[in-house]
Amino acid sequence: MPPVIQVSGVRKTYGRTVAVDEASFEVNESEIFGLIGPNGAGKTTTMECIEGLRKPDRGTIAVLGLDPFRQVYKLQDRIGVQLQQAQLQKRIKVWEAVDLWASLYQKKEVDGERLLEQLGLTDKRNAWFMNLSGGQKQRLFIALALINDPEVVFLDELTTGLDPQARRAIWDLVRGIRERGKTVFLTTHLMEEAERLCDRVAIMEHGRIIDIDRPERLVTRHCPERTVILETDDLGAAERFKRIPGIESVTTIDSRITIRGASEDLVTDVIDCLSESKIRVTDFRTILPSLEDVFLKLTGHSIRD
Amino acid sequence: MMLRGLWKLTWIEIKVFMREPMGAFGTIGVPVLIFLALGRFAGNRLSAPSPVVSSFSQAGIPVLVAILIAISSVLSLVTIISIYREGGILKRLRATPLRPQTILTAHVIVKLLLTAATLVLMLLAGKRYIPPGAHVPWVSFTVALLISTWSILSIGFIIASIVPTARFAQPIGAVILYPMIGLSGLFVPIEYMPPALRAVAQVLPLTYAVRLLQGIWNGDGWSAHMGDVAALALLFVICTALSAKVFRWE
Repeated sequence: MPPVIQVSGVRKTYGRTVAVDEASFEVNESEIFGLIGPNGAGKTTTMECIEGLRKPDRGTIAVLGLDPFRQVYKLQDRIGVQLQQAQLQKRIKVWEAVDLWASLYQKKEVDGERLLEQLGLTDKRNAWFMNLSGGQKQRLFIALALINDPEVVFLDELTTGLDPQARRAIWDLVRGIRERGKTVFLTTHLMEEAERLCDRVAIMEHGRIIDIDRPERLVTRHCPERTVILETDDLGAAERFKRIPGIESVTTIDSRITIRGASEDLVTDVIDCLSESKIRVTDFRTILPSLEDVFLKLTGHSIRD
Repeated sequence: MMLRGLWKLTWIEIKVFMREPMGAFGTIGVPVLIFLALGRFAGNRLSAPSPVVSSFSQAGIPVLVAILIAISSVLSLVTIISIYREGGILKRLRATPLRPQTILTAHVIVKLLLTAATLVLMLLAGKRYIPPGAHVPWVSFTVALLISTWSILSIGFIIASIVPTARFAQPIGAVILYPMIGLSGLFVPIEYMPPALRAVAQVLPLTYAVRLLQGIWNGDGWSAHMGDVAALALLFVICTALSAKVFRWE
């Protein structure tokens, strides 16, 4: 099965600013692929080149075997797009937008009313776009992106500005899209979103792709550190922990012991040690690195900076 | 098909426009009110034309208002295109199989329909200011106005392409378009202008629009005005080609 999206050596500049620098990656069928990085990293430009809305200066892109720039209308018929910061006509009604979009594509098998129902917009079908809440607008844009039953769905920062509840609802929707066999390509600057939603992510910064893999593998590869924090009155405990292989440090502050190490088995080893030595603990916590830490490590700064 | 979605988009744009509280009134109502005010003011002269003011009185007011209708449509287009661009609506429409020309064609159709509707309203509302015996070629006059509007819309495209934000679109458009009326030969016949102004008037599109509208109102045949129609068509071709070069979608 050839990749759904193939990007190789893509470069895009605006004047003297290099927005995308030699980006190469592939997206496979039925996966949720995330392009992650801070604002201004070049994610949207990369996505818009793949959607055929921008022409890269160099490099080649193929989506479903099509050249997105030269065969843009053919491509648009088979993909669904949600753009960052897009708007519709202020006074267009929800059903009118869905009806208009449905008329633009060759496939007619998607039922717009059912789509609105799935996205919880049925009671808003006569509302003007300008009167929708942020979450409702975003759900409408998702509906428009799905109206042609697309093979690939592009979602650009789809939960930015939404409250956590609306965000979770939209994550469920996106998972539902994948379960129907579609490929999802999304961008986000929210590491939690990438971690929970994406099968694979590409980390992008300053127009470059730094690494690509499954989120948990990126974490293991770049941030193998594990931390266990526990509370115990056993004075001899710290010494026993130091004997665990692969331990980097054991620090004791009053009754709290912090154990750090880079071994994947660190947590198991600590638990084994506790039970063997019959150490009584009153608290036990682990701190595992996240994609956020991977980003910090790879770029030297936090994604929020 | 290339124009897929055109009719649906056009229909939606009409509905969206009519829902705009100021849009419909400002674009349709204002020219009609101006016509009524002018008609009332010049009522006597309209019914009893004197040789001194003949050119203005016989066709002046209807043509002036017709030009105002055309400009009002063009300004409305400029505003809408720049709002759509600024808000990312154009970009969103572009990320579909819709062709750019379909989107613009829909807007041109909406504006032409709007022009025709305003003209009809104006003529209905101002019927009593037109002398009872006068024969006015309604259909030809409407067609002449549509040709003029269509041509001036292409200037609107250029303005919409260059103006950076929606806030300035309407005033900049007005500053460019309204002064053209003064030089169009509507108030002062072109023959009486100083040579420099006459040269300017000759290249302004409104001059041809005014001549066409005046002639048709006064009962000229189309054959007498093929030059004006050709000039307006040429303007459309040049401006459309130019705006295709400079048009920005975002």
